[in-house]
Amino acid sequence: MVFRSEEMCLAQLFLQSGSEYDCISELGELGLVEFRDLNPSVSSFQRRFVSEIKRCEEMERILGYLLREIQKTHIAVPEEDESPLAPPPRQVLEIMEQLQRLEMELSEVARNKEKLQRNLLELTEYTHMLKITRTFIHSRSRYEEFPTMETDSVSGCTGMQRLGAKLGFVSGLIQRVKVEAFERMLWRVCKGYTILSYAEVDENLTDLDTGEISKSVVFLISFWGDQIGQKVQKICDCYHCHLYPHPENDEERADVLDSLRTRIQDLNNVLHRTEEYLRQVLQKASESAFSWVVQVKKMKAIYHILNLCSFDVTNKCLIAEVWCPVSDLANLRGALEEGARKGDATVPSFVNRIPSSDTPPTLLRTNKFTSGFQSIVEAYGVGDYREVSPAPYTIITFPFLFAVMFGDLGHGIVMSFFALWMVLTEKQQKKKRSSNEIWETFFSGRYIILMMGIFSIYTGLIYNDCFSKSLNIFGSAWSVKAMFTNQQWTNKTLQTNSLLTLDPNVTGVFTGPYPFGIDPIWNLAVNRLSFLNSYKMKMSVVIGVIHMSFGVVLSIFNHLHFQQKFNVYLLFLPELLFLLCLFGYLVFMIVYKWLAFGARDSSQAPSILIHFINMFVMQGKDLAPLYPGQTGLQIFLIVIAMLSVPVMLLGKPLYLYWLYRGGKGLRRRRGYERVRRVSEDDTSAAASYEDDDEDEGLDEMPGREALPKEFDFGDVLLYQSIHTIEFCLGCISNTASYLRLWALSLAHAQLSEVLWGMVMRLGLRMTTRVGVVFLVPVFGLFAVLTVSILLVMEGLSAFLHALRLHWVEFQNKFYHGTGLKFLPFDFSLLPSVFEQDGLL
Amino acid sequence: MTNTDRSLTQFDQQQDSFLLEYISLIMRGLICGPKVAACGMVLSAWGVIMLAMVGIFFSTHSAVLFEDVPVTKDDLKDTDPPHRIYALYNKVGYNCFIAAGIYVLFGLFSCCQMKLNKRKEYLVH
Repeated sequence: MVFRSEEMCLAQLFLQSGSEYDCISELGELGLVEFRDLNPSVSSFQRRFVSEIKRCEEMERILGYLLREIQKTHIAVPEEDESPLAPPPRQVLEIMEQLQRLEMELSEVARNKEKLQRNLLELTEYTHMLKITRTFIHSRSRYEEFPTMETDSVSGCTGMQRLGAKLGFVSGLIQRVKVEAFERMLWRVCKGYTILSYAEVDENLTDLDTGEISKSVVFLISFWGDQIGQKVQKICDCYHCHLYPHPENDEERADVLDSLRTRIQDLNNVLHRTEEYLRQVLQKASESAFSWVVQVKKMKAIYHILNLCSFDVTNKCLIAEVWCPVSDLANLRGALEEGARKGDATVPSFVNRIPSSDTPPTLLRTNKFTSGFQSIVEAYGVGDYREVSPAPYTIITFPFLFAVMFGDLGHGIVMSFFALWMVLTEKQQKKKRSSNEIWETFFSGRYIILMMGIFSIYTGLIYNDCFSKSLNIFGSAWSVKAMFTNQQWTNKTLQTNSLLTLDPNVTGVFTGPYPFGIDPIWNLAVNRLSFLNSYKMKMSVVIGVIHMSFGVVLSIFNHLHFQQKFNVYLLFLPELLFLLCLFGYLVFMIVYKWLAFGARDSSQAPSILIHFINMFVMQGKDLAPLYPGQTGLQIFLIVIAMLSVPVMLLGKPLYLYWLYRGGKGLRRRRGYERVRRVSEDDTSAAASYEDDDEDEGLDEMPGREALPKEFDFGDVLLYQSIHTIEFCLGCISNTASYLRLWALSLAHAQLSEVLWGMVMRLGLRMTTRVGVVFLVPVFGLFAVLTVSILLVMEGLSAFLHALRLHWVEFQNKFYHGTGLKFLPFDFSLLPSVFEQDGLL
Repeated sequence: MTNTDRSLTQFDQQQDSFLLEYISLIMRGLICGPKVAACGMVLSAWGVIMLAMVGIFFSTHSAVLFEDVPVTKDDLKDTDPPHRIYALYNKVGYNCFIAAGIYVLFGLFSCCQMKLNKRKEYLVH
């Protein structure tokens, strides 16, 4: 973790036209630099490498189809640990060819399979139809009377004669949902000259067109006459029925059934073999699918970057502009050499550092531990270039403030174990990469949660709170027995009073402070909250003032770094004096009262709040002073605080105005010396507002405020007055805001107590025989509620409030957070389209 | 029998053996999924440790836990030393130990479920 962000420089890369692909591939593997767009006015369809990108996208399309097919057959795609490099252009055509061949093969096999399945469905339906119509024929006794006749070829259906009229049959299958409408239509159209009998098929058949599984019904229509036959045909067509020829007699039916059975068996075999073949093809493809995906992704990225470069026609080389950390320039050169070597270039590519007046992006290097804390700082705002970063302090102060609000030993232990489990199994969890966003959030913050848990154990020991019970580790300092031995209490007092107060002034009752934390006897006391509230409120104010002063002190480093020394005297000093004279004095009074007043004179201890208020209204001569000389000191502090306000308000604008006017007055005589010194001293860039002053353009130390050619006094004054009001009023409101440390810890302690009292106590109080077993589910309920309410809900709440205290109360004292983040060109940071779709 | 037919029957046999193993797992008592079993293990570990410690604190007659003991008015009459109250403390302590014991059993059960789940996962992949 670093104090401020890294120094960056703008560099030009000259890439030879043969080896530019390899150079950029090397840079992408290392992730060193951020490329700038040198063709911002060109649309994406007019850029140089559009055809290559289109080719990559075509390959991605085929890969997507391939991965979907692989997923359908439930084959796992093996992922390699090392990702393959981007393929050189000559290899690209090979991959493209392979993919196209695979696509053709797969679509052909899929088509064949569909045809076979359709065929199978027809045969199956025919079989069902034959079986079911057999039952119709045999159940209706009247059909047995009629002798069979020859097939009528005109109407296409068998006929039977009955009293001179021709009886025709139409049989087939129709969907279950359409049967009633079909029947009604038949009745209306044919006016009773048809008989429809139908029965449901047991098996569920898949309708290949829609892909849904629905019930079908076999029907048999018997009708008289030709015209009716035609009408029936038309109606059947209308309802999309599958019609099959009805056999004349039982022998024919048996023959057809047999042949159908063998055909179905054959078809099943062929289908099975087709599926096996398809599976084999996909299995083979899945072995290299992962590396293809990665290679295509890298290739596409490289071509995107190549599109950002400008092509220098005369020199036959590509020029790229990159932001590079100064410390990485050597690595950059090495990468370019490596790329040139791989690309077999005759002339090597080289780097040229150029000066720039643009603000570089901000880079802060982190490891897996500090990246969590860096991300919560950046969620507020990425720091300005070379600004002091609050992240290293956040590593300690954030878990500490969380723990002050969370403060329970037992909950801290559970939280630490959970975080420890996540940290110890992090390698396996990273491989799994679940799609659950909430889990991903918790997992990426595992080190933060671990720190919060450890600090909570510490504050839990101090508050002496473990699942709302106190631990008596060192032996309580209060002794009830001493009240009896000193004849203060007798047995009669015990019987006649419901509440008794231990008097610490009696010898032996209070034997000194508890070595570490709060005395466990307070857990039994009725006035526990009065004591703890006073303690926690004062502690919150003390922590708050220290945190804020630390923030103000950090601003010195920014002022000094950006060569604005005047800010130290005109901004930092009045701010610090205002804060310390008022709230620093309050902290002093708190600590003084704790130290100066003991159990003997506690009844005369004055209220700090009243003294503080009186300090402002300059009254209260009749109040007993805390210490001798209090009134004098207070008046002095108020005067200093009041004087620092106009200095803050007017100091900086007036000084800048005076400088803009040439620094006249005292400096007039030394004007020319000053000019000479400025031109000699290259590195001094800011704080000289002479008209023809120019900066050499070195980008190491740009002034925070660019050298203005004109100076708007009103603007500066307005900005400064807003800042002053914000700071002064903010001091008061931010100090009060830190009282949330007290509020949340009180809420947590009370919730914890209520949970124990209402849940656990019920189980413990059961002393009947069966009641023992009652404790088991009661504890289970207690555990579930502890995790869900006290750990998750309260934990998130404390996390949020600690975060707010950092973002607003701490960071607005020194942090600007208006910078841009450095986004290097790195293959591992690029998102994969297929992973997002869940295909890989 | 052709080659494909032979491989077909082999494939069917393999499927059958998997199915048999799966059924035997169910018969052996695979009730919960992996996540439920993991929760059960965590809960029983916490239960054993916490109930054991609470039981120890009850057995040492800790004053902080006084409100959790079912004390009645006439128990309070017995003072110096308050045997009845100590007896109550001990009783609650034993209750806690018994509950901790039940949680040990529950933990073993969850462990078994986890092992069965792992074996089922091994079969599928």
